[in-house]
Amino acid sequence: MKSALLELSYLIGSVTFIIGLKMMGNPKSARKGNLLGAAGMTLAILGTIFLFEKKSEEGVVVADYAVPGIIYALIFGAILLGTIVGWLTAKRVQMTKMPELVSMFNGMGGACAALIGLMEYQHNLHHTAALATIIAGMVIGTVSFSGSIIAYLKLNGTMKQPIRLPKYNIINTIVMAGVVLFGTWVVMTAPSMTFLYLLFAVAIVYGILFTVPIGGADMPVVISLLNSFTGLAAAFGGFLYDNKIMLTGGILVGSAGMLLTLVMCKAMNRPLSNVIFGAFGGGDAAAGSSSISGSIKDINVSDTAVLMNYSKKVIIVPGYGLAVAQAQHVIHELETILEERGVEVKYAIHPVAGRMPGHMNVLLAESNVSYDKLVEMEDINPEFSSTDVVLVVGANDVVNPAAHNDPASPIYGMPILDVENASHIIVNKRSMNAGYAGIENELFFNPKTSMLFGDAKAVLTKLVAEIKSL
Amino acid sequence: MESILNLISEHREIIYFVLLSVFVGIEVIGGVPTVLHTPLMSGANAIHGVVIVGAIYVMLNVDPSDYLALALGFLAVLLGTLNVVGGFVVTDRMLEMFKKK
Repeated sequence: MKSALLELSYLIGSVTFIIGLKMMGNPKSARKGNLLGAAGMTLAILGTIFLFEKKSEEGVVVADYAVPGIIYALIFGAILLGTIVGWLTAKRVQMTKMPELVSMFNGMGGACAALIGLMEYQHNLHHTAALATIIAGMVIGTVSFSGSIIAYLKLNGTMKQPIRLPKYNIINTIVMAGVVLFGTWVVMTAPSMTFLYLLFAVAIVYGILFTVPIGGADMPVVISLLNSFTGLAAAFGGFLYDNKIMLTGGILVGSAGMLLTLVMCKAMNRPLSNVIFGAFGGGDAAAGSSSISGSIKDINVSDTAVLMNYSKKVIIVPGYGLAVAQAQHVIHELETILEERGVEVKYAIHPVAGRMPGHMNVLLAESNVSYDKLVEMEDINPEFSSTDVVLVVGANDVVNPAAHNDPASPIYGMPILDVENASHIIVNKRSMNAGYAGIENELFFNPKTSMLFGDAKAVLTKLVAEIKSL
Repeated sequence: MESILNLISEHREIIYFVLLSVFVGIEVIGGVPTVLHTPLMSGANAIHGVVIVGAIYVMLNVDPSDYLALALGFLAVLLGTLNVVGGFVVTDRMLEMFKKK
């Protein structure tokens, strides 16, 4: 009876995951979809706790078994503590910090899977198949954990430059092969716990080595990939316990995460292997930039105000700089006042603008920018030629023409926003530093381009005031 | 060779299960607008928190005199909860902003 009810709760949970994820694909139903998934998860967790039946070694249900109180206390204590901390962290974080938080939570899931492996190992020393599942889940979960932590540190700026050991690709491949061989050996020979901890440590090192050389611009891809890894680790847990909801949830996220990773890579027009093994913004990147020459033209706020006020059509290109400066509200104000003056305003959203796909949409939605003003790259590109002013706010690589015309550039081939076709281009940047990918941008040297230096929020606030006074 | 074939026929159901789940995962993500990629990634992130079910299961089977296992299990359930609760709440916050005004 109990086990049938548990299976039912898992079945319902699995269905809510699938329907929930599907609903999240549409802006109208997305929020409900997420809540549906959360409800299914709650059901599965409650079912696991309250419909538990102790089974003997042979898989027979032990009648009248009472779980010791201390275990219930610890489980409820952990859930309570996790809920409070998780809830508060998620509620308090600024919208701009969202990507690193997702990375952090992903790492927690990976660590959870790894701990399950550490605990289950000794109980399964004689089942090679179970051992293989445990080791696979543990190693993948661990890599996902340490990789996510590095991704977190990179995104929040603690770790700015990609760190590349000499011949890092070879070192990484050797370490990866080492982890696989070591893991296989552990499965085959079932050695003492010491070796399991050693394997755990090596997997942590591999996760670090895997993520450390990858450049900041590629972090979204890495997070999505690690997300998919954690799904896989959860699925291995499902194999181990023949637990259907861990299987569905894990595989669902594993495959969906992998597809999302590939979609992101496609948006950047680079194969996944290039993201992982390629040196983005590495030594040879400098070669492409040396050919850039010409002078940079400044523009002040009042000239910008006049130019924009008397335009017919303005397109705003937001980038990560907008998020950093927290300028999403003031940009909406700028849009509103220009619209009042009869200027047509749109936002051009590059698929990889910001630190995650859709990052800009989330950010602009926060400041109530209307949904239909956000136009995706393919749809907006033909419109630039009929645009008077393009305002680039804190974006760099996604408008770099080197992607079109400099085969030596590391971003060559990536689809970009063709802002060059507009009559005037105004670029707001804090300084002349290169973008996240660490490459020069010849757009800034274009005769049609004027640079509006300063912090996005401060400059835009002045700009809005200036336009109001016109 | 024979052993591999045996393995396949023995685990026939689970193999079907995995294959179909993979396709469902791909199908569910297909055609999602870029706008929703971040919330979707975050939502998927919350869903793999289902690994907590495994953590709870291990914990329920722990021998209460094994303090190391109790500590590890506590930590596993805690981390799993962080993944689930944090994941769903963050996703909800992102999606909240998409509601029509």
